[in-house]
Amino acid sequence: MTRHIAGRFGQAVVATLGVLTIVFFIMRLSGDPTLLLVPEGATAEQIAQLRHALGFDRPLLVQYGAYLLDLLRLDLGDSLVQRTPVFGLVAERIPYTVALATGALLVALGIGIPAGVMMAVWRGGLIERALAGFVLAGQSLPTFWSGILLILLFGVTLGWLPTSGVDGIASLVMPSVALGALTMSTFARMTRIAVLDELSRDYVNAARARGLSRAAVVARHVLRNAAIPVVTVAALEVGNLLAGAVIVETVFAWPGIGQLAIQSIQARDFLIVQAIVLFVSVVYVGMNLLADLAYALIDPRIRMGG
Amino acid sequence: MKRISPGMAVILSLLAIFALAAAAAPLLSPFDPLRQSLLMRLRPPGAMVSGKLLLLGSDDLGRDLLSRILYGARASLLVAALSVSVSLVVGTLLGMLAGWFRGWTAILVMRLVDTMLSIPAILLAVITVAVLGPGFLNLVLVLGLTRWPRYTRVAYAQTLQVATLPYIRAAEMAGCGPLRLLLRHVLPNIAGPLVVVATSEFGLMILFEAGLSFLGLGIQPPYPSWGSIMSAGRQYVARAWWLTVFPGMCLFVLVLCVNVFGDWLRDRVDPRAQGR
Repeated sequence: MTRHIAGRFGQAVVATLGVLTIVFFIMRLSGDPTLLLVPEGATAEQIAQLRHALGFDRPLLVQYGAYLLDLLRLDLGDSLVQRTPVFGLVAERIPYTVALATGALLVALGIGIPAGVMMAVWRGGLIERALAGFVLAGQSLPTFWSGILLILLFGVTLGWLPTSGVDGIASLVMPSVALGALTMSTFARMTRIAVLDELSRDYVNAARARGLSRAAVVARHVLRNAAIPVVTVAALEVGNLLAGAVIVETVFAWPGIGQLAIQSIQARDFLIVQAIVLFVSVVYVGMNLLADLAYALIDPRIRMGG
Repeated sequence: MKRISPGMAVILSLLAIFALAAAAAPLLSPFDPLRQSLLMRLRPPGAMVSGKLLLLGSDDLGRDLLSRILYGARASLLVAALSVSVSLVVGTLLGMLAGWFRGWTAILVMRLVDTMLSIPAILLAVITVAVLGPGFLNLVLVLGLTRWPRYTRVAYAQTLQVATLPYIRAAEMAGCGPLRLLLRHVLPNIAGPLVVVATSEFGLMILFEAGLSFLGLGIQPPYPSWGSIMSAGRQYVARAWWLTVFPGMCLFVLVLCVNVFGDWLRDRVDPRAQGR
């Protein structure tokens, strides 16, 4: 067990280092990262000055080392547009994105898991077909389109919900639904497969032979076992929800890190963009690790062995 | 060969219609998709302007929406097809090399795959396009070069399996070099699962292109893309619903068809995965 956990931690550290390295090189893809950071119409002299100030004139390996050291100290640099540390600018937006991702996760879990269970239990029936269509639609909906349609229907036409911005819990409803649709489909598909796998096992027949009703077997035994793969997916989906916020927050003018990322690209404030990508990726790696650990805790075969 | 179900026939016809509409956009478009006209700004669907019908209405610059959607289909399908091709080739090649040579090659390649997959795809695409600058070619390159790891995983696992088969050993003993072996003997046997991945990626790439164009990072105005049409139309959502509803519906139906087709293909290639 300890060795298993240590191994997973090691993998997470390697993945994080890999992410940091990839982002470092992406920022230098255009040749000179200074050009990403200067305002339009800067003179050659100003560019050279900034290049020196930011250390982009040093050898690549030295830059890389300095970049890793800065990140270790949580120093993400200063925003060149707003002239304040990037860390604070991103940190103050994070709670909004976390609220949005939580709302979306609730929508996805609340609809996706029951839908998946129903699809498995009533396999081949009309209910499964109807739900399959629903799941497929959720999987194919572009979030920016469903977002605009929701605004059009509930915001503009019916006037039930605020169309954009932050105005209490009501303004979280539509963005959560738009963001959660894809994840909902993933949960429904995963749950269906997991429940079907469990339903075909011998213990189900044994329990039925003992006289337990089908509903009781599903509720007491099948769901508990089927939860294992679903927990893993749930952890991974959190990362996807944070990333999907880039589009949903733009549609709903929700002031989270997704909106900040797009605004910063437009304002050519790339250190903020870099910080957001790093943040979401590190959360993603962390959630992966958590999923592995949760898996080990739930599944006695891993807990007892290794 | 099983017969194609009626539902699948509908899906296939819809896909064919999208492809044809994109290919024949210049013939089918009633107007020049770029021509602006102050006299026909924000006209609703079905409006008549100097004897010509605006079937789907017009946008804020007086351009015909139908023509722009037809040309937008080109952007969608072209970007998706090209970027899927790039990632399919790169990913498969790396996966086959890792599966064939194993050892350090495999460790290096598969570590890179894991790392690439630790950055959420849409963010990776957003930051890379932002650094390189928007536009058609950059969009194809960025989507192609950020999406290869999924193919690599499949190609790697499949190559590991196929490489132990007797016919590969036989070919090797007959003096076949590694490149010829991989391309002539391994590739045909691992192509099925790769095509399945490519199909599901195709739907995703259509969504990515539209999403990036919606964010202003993809196809640049005035050239039409479904994403950029919706992005401009978003400001007029209360006054001109057609600008967001129609392109979005095209996008939704196209991606839906691709996804259904992908599921169907997967069930055929791998019958064990039936209905999953």
